[in-house]
Amino acid sequence: MLQEHARIAQFISLATEVNGRKKLQKMVFIAKKMNFPFAEKYELHMYGPYSEELTLRIEELCEMGFLSEQCSDKKSYIQYTYHVSDEGKQFLETAEPPHDKLAQCIERMNGKSSRFLELVSTLLYFDHLTKDEQIAKVHIVKNKLNFTEQEMDTAFTFIDELQQSTVN
Amino acid sequence: MEYRDEKLPEEKVFKDPVHRYIHVRDKVIWDVIGTREFQRLRRIKQLGTTYLVFHGAEHSRFHHSLGVYEIVRRIIDDGFSGRREWNDDERLVTLCAALLHDLGHGPFSHAFEKVFDLDHELFTQQILLGDTEVNAVLKRVGTEFPQKVADVIGKTYPDKLVVSLISSQIDADRMDYLQRDAYFTGVSYGHFDMERILRVMRPTEEQAVIKYSGMHAVEDYIMSRYQMYWQVYFHPVSRSAEVILTKILHRAKQLYEASYIFKFEPFHFKSFFDRTFELEDYISLDESILLTYFQMWMKEVDPILSDLCYRFINRKLFQHTEFNPATEYRKIGELEQLFKEAGIDPAYYLVADSSSDLPYDFYRPGEESERLPIYLQMATGELSELSRSSDIVDAISGKRRTDHKLYFPEDILEQGKEGNPLYKQILDMLKG
Repeated sequence: MLQEHARIAQFISLATEVNGRKKLQKMVFIAKKMNFPFAEKYELHMYGPYSEELTLRIEELCEMGFLSEQCSDKKSYIQYTYHVSDEGKQFLETAEPPHDKLAQCIERMNGKSSRFLELVSTLLYFDHLTKDEQIAKVHIVKNKLNFTEQEMDTAFTFIDELQQSTVN
Repeated sequence: MEYRDEKLPEEKVFKDPVHRYIHVRDKVIWDVIGTREFQRLRRIKQLGTTYLVFHGAEHSRFHHSLGVYEIVRRIIDDGFSGRREWNDDERLVTLCAALLHDLGHGPFSHAFEKVFDLDHELFTQQILLGDTEVNAVLKRVGTEFPQKVADVIGKTYPDKLVVSLISSQIDADRMDYLQRDAYFTGVSYGHFDMERILRVMRPTEEQAVIKYSGMHAVEDYIMSRYQMYWQVYFHPVSRSAEVILTKILHRAKQLYEASYIFKFEPFHFKSFFDRTFELEDYISLDESILLTYFQMWMKEVDPILSDLCYRFINRKLFQHTEFNPATEYRKIGELEQLFKEAGIDPAYYLVADSSSDLPYDFYRPGEESERLPIYLQMATGELSELSRSSDIVDAISGKRRTDHKLYFPEDILEQGKEGNPLYKQILDMLKG
């Protein structure tokens, strides 16, 4: 019954830790776009695709004691870091095992910056459009971030690599 | 005269219980209202299963869509027009987006989307851009016009002010549904001084803001929203109806996949079960069709499908109990096992459901909130985030409230408890 909670806890467990709420939001969205079974519904918000349902699920997992949330003051911003607690590890023993390619996908994403993942997830949000249209949309909705052409190319390459390595 | 500027010979009005009158002068708006895709919204209730609790809540998405249009029309024509920050060229696209923002909602949207993994926003885009009557009307304005309307609704339109009128923490959508849902449910919450808010709303480059003198009207609006969520939208009994509705669709899908022979074949659902549906399949659906299936499926041989349909049609809903996932997740596992041993399928008869709302949220530098805040325009012209000036809003800002319930068929367990000790054990666990 708590299968969706288990999937998110598993995700964080596979990542060992995730730094930043925004980063976690984008990573789950990208994994979902790579056809891993996450049920959270996403909409376009300030920082790109965002899921209120995921925010709620994370809060519940923290309340349940399965996730620990650490808040650190980085002077110009506050960063939240998530780990799976010992109780969470016990909870995961009762859950179905994750897809065997999920760990690799998470590892690739976790090594990237929030800004880059924001770009990748926003491009993927518009993946029903042509490449040029995707880029144009990103420039409209992220006009203040001034993504360069090189960043766009790197993001598309990253998406291709991710898709190839996670073909289910 | 170009179609985009064409006016009706006489203004048309729709009598409306919330805004008194909905005024239409633009030929484009009148033509859009007449399309089959817009008329379909008459057959989709605004509040889904809520009518099973608040019997007056039979109003449709058609009512609401007209209401959002009327609010935006008043904001533009009575408030923004002629102001430097507002571009009158955006008037028609904004009105069309307001009118059409819910066009892609399906029957009992929430449950239907969940079971079939759909997104009504994508359907809105497809109806606007596909081979539809709405698209044909919009295209008469200009070949790019349907895309512009779709971009406003999809929040990707370059003019952020336009987007904010349809989608923000104080937008026309919320202002209409709060008042309309309060009116039709008959509750006393949900009312606020919208006239005042519209009078103090000002355009800026990024979004609509509120003159400082209107702060108390906005406080009232936020508290109304808070009350409506907990008193109406998250009512535990309408959630029970929603749970049963979701389970009916799941069961029908499962039976179809198992090649079950239906007495009343699910013609309208097949393409959704197979994921081969086309836009026309979606547009053809409405709530009357779903209710017809539920009526017919009451006579199915499958006991689960017929029981769930009987429950929904005759309002024999599941009972609920409070449930804390943090401390009781193991209990759920035990209950599931007991349900199986008792011969009751827990996949359909033991359901956890959570509701959660964040009444108002705002961004502070360094934090990661995703919502654009409500800004007050101070006497100096500077903008100040609402909760910095309002103690009331500050008290509830960023505070999420969540409610977890466990739904189960108490009637079955009560009736069977004398003959089956497992039923009594389950009841004791659920009620203990």
